[in-house]
Amino acid sequence: MSALVGLVAPALGAATTVDRLTFAIAASVIIIGAIGVVMSRNPVHSALMLVMTLFGVAVLFVAQQANFLAAVQVIVYAGAIVVLFLFVIMFLGVDREENIGEEPLRFQRPLAVVLVVLTAAGLLLVGVNTKWAVGARSVAGPAANQPGGDVAALGRSVFTTYLFPFEATAALLVIAVVGAVVLARRPRTHGSEGGPAPVAPPDMSDEALRAEGEEVAP
Amino acid sequence: MSLGGQWYLALSMVVFAIGALGLLVRRNVLVMFMCVELMLNAANIAFVTFARMLNDIGGQALVFFVLVVAAAEVVVGLGIVVAIFRRRKGTTADDLHMMKG
Repeated sequence: MSALVGLVAPALGAATTVDRLTFAIAASVIIIGAIGVVMSRNPVHSALMLVMTLFGVAVLFVAQQANFLAAVQVIVYAGAIVVLFLFVIMFLGVDREENIGEEPLRFQRPLAVVLVVLTAAGLLLVGVNTKWAVGARSVAGPAANQPGGDVAALGRSVFTTYLFPFEATAALLVIAVVGAVVLARRPRTHGSEGGPAPVAPPDMSDEALRAEGEEVAP
Repeated sequence: MSLGGQWYLALSMVVFAIGALGLLVRRNVLVMFMCVELMLNAANIAFVTFARMLNDIGGQALVFFVLVVAAAEVVVGLGIVVAIFRRRKGTTADDLHMMKG
């Protein structure tokens, strides 16, 4: 591996001991956290391990001069998404230990391990042995040594080259919010309580939920 | 300067494999969601690495969009989990067999 690094290092500038040490620590944190997410019996521990992994990824972003993305990674992922996970875990009360020793489907785990090992080996073979830095330059602009740093470069890129995808993400977020509200709404009963008439016309998701409920609920 | 991109790509692929393994072997829907987040983060590491290797800000812009899509996906996915949990007292994938033919 060090010979490989020697091959690419001249093009990128020599890596110092601090760089190597930073990468080693962040990579161990990321991998330990990732294994912890998969192996923890308690979903709360999985979520906390996920936070550890996300912080390690943010460190690697900083090491690669993506400072804005590192900040967003911590704020959005660790600050919002994991908190949402923890909130739902606590809300549903599913934070009890799960027996991960039992295996309902025979051969599922060995098969999954074999498939994943094959996939990882193929990816590593391709990723490490290929010379990536080839091909046409995109229109997005260079990343390094831009006026205003990576924040300004990213802002220029998002608001010019990627303006249409940016607007599309706005629509996506609105759709996600509406979807979450519709899903989280409590399905109405069939007026058996003698309450006032339904305030809104029924929609598809409520119909589906209600049909499902009549079948199962007492 | 930082290390060569190969190291970052190798790490990204290992994290992706761990996430894929978790998605295949775990049965708790919430933990499966977290494994999807792991895989998205592995892709993000690769994007940022390519942005540095090719000196192209497009990779970082893509990470930005991946973050937005991940947030939307988690919001809708957890909404579905909450809606299902009202019907069935359990959040493992084995409890969700109502669409079986």
